Amino acid sequence: MVTFNILVAVALLYVAVLFGVAFYAERRAALGFGGWLHSPIVYTLSLSIYCTAWTFYGAVGYAARSGVEFVTIYLGPTLVMVGWWWVLRRLVRIGRSQRITSIADLISSRFGKSTSLGVIVTLLAVVATTPYIALQLQSVTLSFAVFSNAGGQAWGHEELNGAAIVVAIGLATFTVFFGTRNLDANERHHGIVMAIAVEAVVKLVALLAVGIFVVWGIAGGPAQMLQQIDASPISHWEQDGSRWIGLIFVSGAAFICLPRMFQVLVVENVDERHLNIAGWAFPTYLFLMSLFVVPIAVVGLNLMPAGANPDLFVLTVPLSQGRDGLAMVSFLGGFSSATSMVIVSTIALSTMVSNHIVLPVWLSAHKGQGAKVSGDVRSVILRSRRISIAAVLTLGYLYYRISGGGTALAAIGLVSFSGVVQIFPVLLGGIFWRGATRIGAAMGLLTGFAVWGWTLFLPSFGDGAIISHAAMQHGPFGIVWLRPDALFGIDGMDPLVHGIMWSMILNTLVFFIGSIFSFPTPLERLQGAQFVNVFDYSVGSARWRSSVAGAEDLLIMSQRILGGNEAQALFQREAKSQGKAGYLPDVTSDFIERLERELAGSVGAATAHAMIGQLTEGSSVSVEDLIAVADEAAQILEYSNRLEAKSAEQEQTARALRDANEKLTALSVQKDAFLSQISHELRTPMTSIRSFSEILRDGETTAAQQGHYAGIIHDETLRLTRLLDDLLDLSVLANGQVTLQDQNGNLRDLIDRAVDVAGGDGDGMRILRDRSGENFVLHTDLDRLGQVFINLITNARKYCDAKSPMLKIKVGLVAGQHVVDFIDNGTGIQVGNQQMIFEKFSRVADQSKAGGAGLGLAICREIMQRLGGQISYLPGQGGAAFRVVLPNNKPLSNQ
Amino acid sequence: MTGRNPQGVFLERRAYHKRRMRDLARAVPIIGAVLISIPLLWPQGDDGVTNSTAIVYVFGVWIVLIALAALISRVVQSDEPPAAPAEER
Repeated sequence: MVTFNILVAVALLYVAVLFGVAFYAERRAALGFGGWLHSPIVYTLSLSIYCTAWTFYGAVGYAARSGVEFVTIYLGPTLVMVGWWWVLRRLVRIGRSQRITSIADLISSRFGKSTSLGVIVTLLAVVATTPYIALQLQSVTLSFAVFSNAGGQAWGHEELNGAAIVVAIGLATFTVFFGTRNLDANERHHGIVMAIAVEAVVKLVALLAVGIFVVWGIAGGPAQMLQQIDASPISHWEQDGSRWIGLIFVSGAAFICLPRMFQVLVVENVDERHLNIAGWAFPTYLFLMSLFVVPIAVVGLNLMPAGANPDLFVLTVPLSQGRDGLAMVSFLGGFSSATSMVIVSTIALSTMVSNHIVLPVWLSAHKGQGAKVSGDVRSVILRSRRISIAAVLTLGYLYYRISGGGTALAAIGLVSFSGVVQIFPVLLGGIFWRGATRIGAAMGLLTGFAVWGWTLFLPSFGDGAIISHAAMQHGPFGIVWLRPDALFGIDGMDPLVHGIMWSMILNTLVFFIGSIFSFPTPLERLQGAQFVNVFDYSVGSARWRSSVAGAEDLLIMSQRILGGNEAQALFQREAKSQGKAGYLPDVTSDFIERLERELAGSVGAATAHAMIGQLTEGSSVSVEDLIAVADEAAQILEYSNRLEAKSAEQEQTARALRDANEKLTALSVQKDAFLSQISHELRTPMTSIRSFSEILRDGETTAAQQGHYAGIIHDETLRLTRLLDDLLDLSVLANGQVTLQDQNGNLRDLIDRAVDVAGGDGDGMRILRDRSGENFVLHTDLDRLGQVFINLITNARKYCDAKSPMLKIKVGLVAGQHVVDFIDNGTGIQVGNQQMIFEKFSRVADQSKAGGAGLGLAICREIMQRLGGQISYLPGQGGAAFRVVLPNNKPLSNQ
Repeated sequence: MTGRNPQGVFLERRAYHKRRMRDLARAVPIIGAVLISIPLLWPQGDDGVTNSTAIVYVFGVWIVLIALAALISRVVQSDEPPAAPAEER
């Protein structure tokens, strides 16, 4: 039999081990060996403070009373954790970028670093958490009582209260010792996190050990266990749907909003990627914690005498079987659950109380002299934290005493949850909706707080304890629709679901409407943008005018908050990054901004803002001023932008008109030139036709002469016809009226035909070809392309002035496009004329030899443009050379 | 993002896979909520579902959720830097 003294000795030993672990972790972290402290496993285990003594003992009691419903308390957090991508990722990022110290700080910081919101959230958290702390004290004392009863000493109220005091004092000591050792710049507590991780393992092992003993040791295996469950008083699924869903919602929301959970989830998070692991590891932890709850409850119901407290089955079942060692382990598990919750809760609450209530009060009391003159701010903060810790624990103890430590406490867990959940709408709205305002948030929080207090918190003290019996039955002052358990006359709901539903609905509604009809201050809008768009940019915009405060003053203040070494290191680093030696950097707005954030990590955003504001008072520009100026500037800018846009538009129109005018002029000049060219071209043959026909008409000619003259007239007519054909062709092409007939054909055949038409190989000019290179299929208007080739070959024939004229036709691939080069061995075309030859009526050589009107290349160019290809003069080939770029994409694959 | 470059419509296979995994990460809590609400449709009382069945079902769903979350964490984790601003889509 474990005697009570051995139990106390073991408990003390365990506490000593925890002290050792915490101390060791702090040492390692201080020496810079804290790598393993930052592992995702430690993070996951630290989340286990969700599982308090209420879980460890209470879940079994819950299951014994209501069956499977207890899992809702763990399913809610499971959903939140597996859905970390939605909310937690965002919260952790915001927490890191804004140096958030607590949930009150988050809300206050989001809504323009508002002090009043910080106060509201802090008060709400304290009111909702105090009963919960009392619950932990109760469970520890009860578990002591179980052992002392088993040892033959029945505990009365005296002993229970005494034990509660001892436990509370012990917890306060531990928390003060490790929770307020230093004002970490980022409010992290390595020692405590490590101790909690160890406790997490202990409580899991303890519960699993009891569970395994119950299933395999007593029931005889899983199958028998399931049979026993079906034979027990909680054999059938009888679940109220509204409670099932309501409890999952409340536990999930509370998982984020509980101050202690926010502390470990967001504030103590050292690496965002840990969420990734915790996303499945923590649900696994919860799964294991819940796995044996129903078996223990069922076995307890079977074994223990009727009327035994089911909340203590975890202890009493092993004891009744004579398994003292197991009972001891189980006791340590419960002890761990209770202590770790109390430690983190008090740290979180004390941070909130000191940052959002004590410091603002202290600052306003020292207004004027402010942070500059008065004593050590750091010691003020630390002292206020320590006092807050003691105060929170005292409150918990008092609550325990006042409520009489009765069963009323068991129900308080859920009431406490639904209290902190009042922060949930504002929290979600704050991080997802830029339109949320401080006024809306305050109104929503107060509404939720009031409805929760009226429907859940005050009635939880018992009928007639605070709200009179008459008020419970008939509403306050006889107003029936304000009855705490039937608001607006809606009767018959489960009281818990009723309270949660109304408080959430009214809270959210008032928050929403309040936000819509109020206008945020500039700082709120700035913070709102940074919170909601935290993934887009994590840096703030400048808020302080530069060089308004002396660097030395800032250093003095920072030293008081951060401590000498840290502040000096910070300033030195900053000076170094500015390229200066020593400790005093230039006071840029960037620097002040960073410093403010650093201070916010210790004292909260609102206080840090206020302190820097005090220091820079008188010479600082308020954000309101800045925004007003910016607004004005923005208006002017907008106006001038509009003007600029207008004048740019006008300029554009003018330029377009000028261009059009120039084009018209050029066209008219071209038209004149063209007309004069045409008339010239037409007149020459007409002149000879007219004169020869006159001779013929006069009839004084011989027959031979007649034949000769008629031949000339015929030739000239042919030339005219050709000219007119060309002109027509050109005009059709130029107007785009030509319809191209796409065909498939081999390039070699095409060139063959062109060579034949243009007079064939030999016959005064040799034509060199690479017939294999020409062998591929084209898809284009082959007749038109052939026309171009014929023209080029004919030109070469006409103009090539070499002794033995030679034309090389080369097919190649240039920049991914097929080209056909026509290169002769004549003198070529002079550089100055190379561009001109493609113009209409341009002729380089003398006209008589050409026998054409100079339209050929112009037509070629038009054709190639229509086909989507190109023709150009290729200089530097030792003769006249033309390159025809075949239409793009038209050549099919090689055959 | 895709507007800049017509070839950006198609992501490389791995990146595409990763993005779908993020969709899954978003969907898991919804899937979980649906699965967990299903017991509410069960018949209640003495002729209804026994609690042993209920326990097996609830814990089964729980394991599925954990497995899904673990699967996602393997994929999403590997190269996600602490700051990944572009993933918000």
